[in-house]
Amino acid sequence: MSAPPAGMVPPVLRVRDLVKEYGEGDAGVRALRGVSLDVERGDYVAIMGASGSGKSTLMNILGCLDVPTSGTYQIDGADVGQLDEHQLAILRNRRVGFVFQSFNLIPRMSALANVELPLVYGGIGQAERRARALAALEQVGLTDRVHHEPNQLSGGQQQRVAVARALVTAPALLLADEPTGNLDTASTGDVLEILDRLSASGRTIVLITHENDVSAHAKRVIRLVDGEIVEDRRQAPVDGPPPRLPAQDPENDPENDPENDPENDPENDPENDRAAAR
Amino acid sequence: MNQLEIFRFALRGLLANKMRSSLTTLGILIGVAAVIMLVAVGEGSSQSIQRNIQRLGANTLTISPQFSGGGGGGMRTAGGGGNTGPRTQARQLSLADAKALTDRTLAPSVRSVSPVVTASSSTAAYGAASHAISQFVGTYPSYFEAVNKPVAKGTYFFNDDVLAARKVVVLGQTVVAELFGAVDPIGKQVSVSGVPFTVVGVLKEAGSTGMQDADDVAIAPLPAVQQSLSGFGSLSSIVVQASGSEATTAAQSEVTAILNQRHGITDNNPDYRILNQATLQETVSQATGTFTVLLGAVAAISLLVGGIGITNIMLVTVTERTREIGIRKAIGAPRSAILGQFLLEATLLSLVGGLSGVLVAFIGTRFTVAGIEPVLVPSSVALALGVSVGIGLFFGSYPANRAAKLRPIQALRHE
Repeated sequence: MSAPPAGMVPPVLRVRDLVKEYGEGDAGVRALRGVSLDVERGDYVAIMGASGSGKSTLMNILGCLDVPTSGTYQIDGADVGQLDEHQLAILRNRRVGFVFQSFNLIPRMSALANVELPLVYGGIGQAERRARALAALEQVGLTDRVHHEPNQLSGGQQQRVAVARALVTAPALLLADEPTGNLDTASTGDVLEILDRLSASGRTIVLITHENDVSAHAKRVIRLVDGEIVEDRRQAPVDGPPPRLPAQDPENDPENDPENDPENDPENDPENDRAAAR
Repeated sequence: MNQLEIFRFALRGLLANKMRSSLTTLGILIGVAAVIMLVAVGEGSSQSIQRNIQRLGANTLTISPQFSGGGGGGMRTAGGGGNTGPRTQARQLSLADAKALTDRTLAPSVRSVSPVVTASSSTAAYGAASHAISQFVGTYPSYFEAVNKPVAKGTYFFNDDVLAARKVVVLGQTVVAELFGAVDPIGKQVSVSGVPFTVVGVLKEAGSTGMQDADDVAIAPLPAVQQSLSGFGSLSSIVVQASGSEATTAAQSEVTAILNQRHGITDNNPDYRILNQATLQETVSQATGTFTVLLGAVAAISLLVGGIGITNIMLVTVTERTREIGIRKAIGAPRSAILGQFLLEATLLSLVGGLSGVLVAFIGTRFTVAGIEPVLVPSSVALALGVSVGIGLFFGSYPANRAAKLRPIQALRHE
């Protein structure tokens, strides 16, 4: 569990003894009680837990939106605790993509403008920005909704825009905080399929959920109870495709799927899941 | 992070709430326009007063008797017999006083001395027409130059006319219009209180100085007026012209010394009064300056209120958009970008308001306000505009800073 040997690539995420307390003294609540965690490049991790288990707190700290009370946290080898405000902003901009449960698109801005926004703050020129934003939107299948504003889009479409926004900077880490919590079954399937494909293409993903259906898509499931990790289960190898990757995905070799799927989720028929995604 | 992008964000933020933005802008507009307008009106009135004073003649001292007398009366009352009227305690101004002032050695700064008698409300008649002249002045020819009354037609009268006490007169435009209409008055005879005077000249139009019509005047040689109208009593005043604008103060002290000696008094209880045109001008400009500052201050308050309006709106905007700020920070907006965006919004509001205020003021100052032609003071434009932008930056910085300092998670949790 100590530092990796020299020459080895550091994990995307390295969390040590993370503690987060809210409030002071007797009224204080310990949301995280010493969480330690490594996430390898290319992994697809689902963090599960009941509400109040501290999973959202953990996510906010991982996304550099909040600061821990104690403990260390490294993204891509960079110690977040040592960074100043400006470096943090750059880190949030370049290394982390965040998808929220409530989408959090900026109102009165078109889908394209929303997706371009991180690139604007990243200081990328107009033409390249446009091209990359369009590419990201194409990846989530929203080419025909580029100029719609968030209130003209369905929940699922909004979340796909949010995923595109998280992806557009090509971050080392994609964090999703209950990305399907506000979505219906069909939209949930859409979003999960996108995440599966991203994972298959090598993107590191950490998502929070309390639904088994969602965590079944991850390669690794971590269960949090009362701010502590109680279970850390691997469902598929880090360098393999995610267990529920749709068979027809063109980017990947689908041959690995069948052996992973039944073994980890025998009660769940993959065909049903795919049907739900349509 | 590009400045242009921040500018676009700010513009988008403002346009998202057009009504609110325009009302805030209106507040600043009114403030800036009020400052510029009121200062312009103050300056306009000040200049018009200055012009009127100037029109009375430059570098002149007007000496007039002070009937109330000083505190130390008794002794002088006894000695003051001579040519005084019964009401007065002190010595009146006499022709001898005027002559004494022409002394080259005692009063080197004095260029000319014009004794003046005025017969008020003398009725002049020409044919069937008659007119009550509000000011009928008997004086010396030097008076015309001293009080800045050039002749438009005909001539002045001359020293010869004075010595011979000829009944000649120079009329003001109002008198000419009343008596002659379109007829050329030169060489015609008018009768003033029954005494015939020959018109030799017509004064140039002086224009109204507000309450008094400066053109309702007739000027004749001193002895002629004394003979026929006012009698050989005391003088109404003595007009002294100094040799230059720097010499007025010197002239005043010379005149004071001569008169004090002649009247046997000290500076503490003079029986005459010297009106110094230069001092008057100074006093008046001080007074109007205060007046302008006062107007400006009142207007500045409205500018301040406009500025508080900006703070208020920016606070509301920041509160309302806290969530948006959180989103922007979560996707990597640096503090400077957030700060810049909201500061720019506030500055844009005040700048647009300020510029339109200047525009309104420019248009407004082209109209005459309450009989005063406003004069635009460039420094007030710069000041008002500068202050309005400063207000935007200053009052906008608090909400903007608050927005920029928020931790992303605090901002995101805000509902």
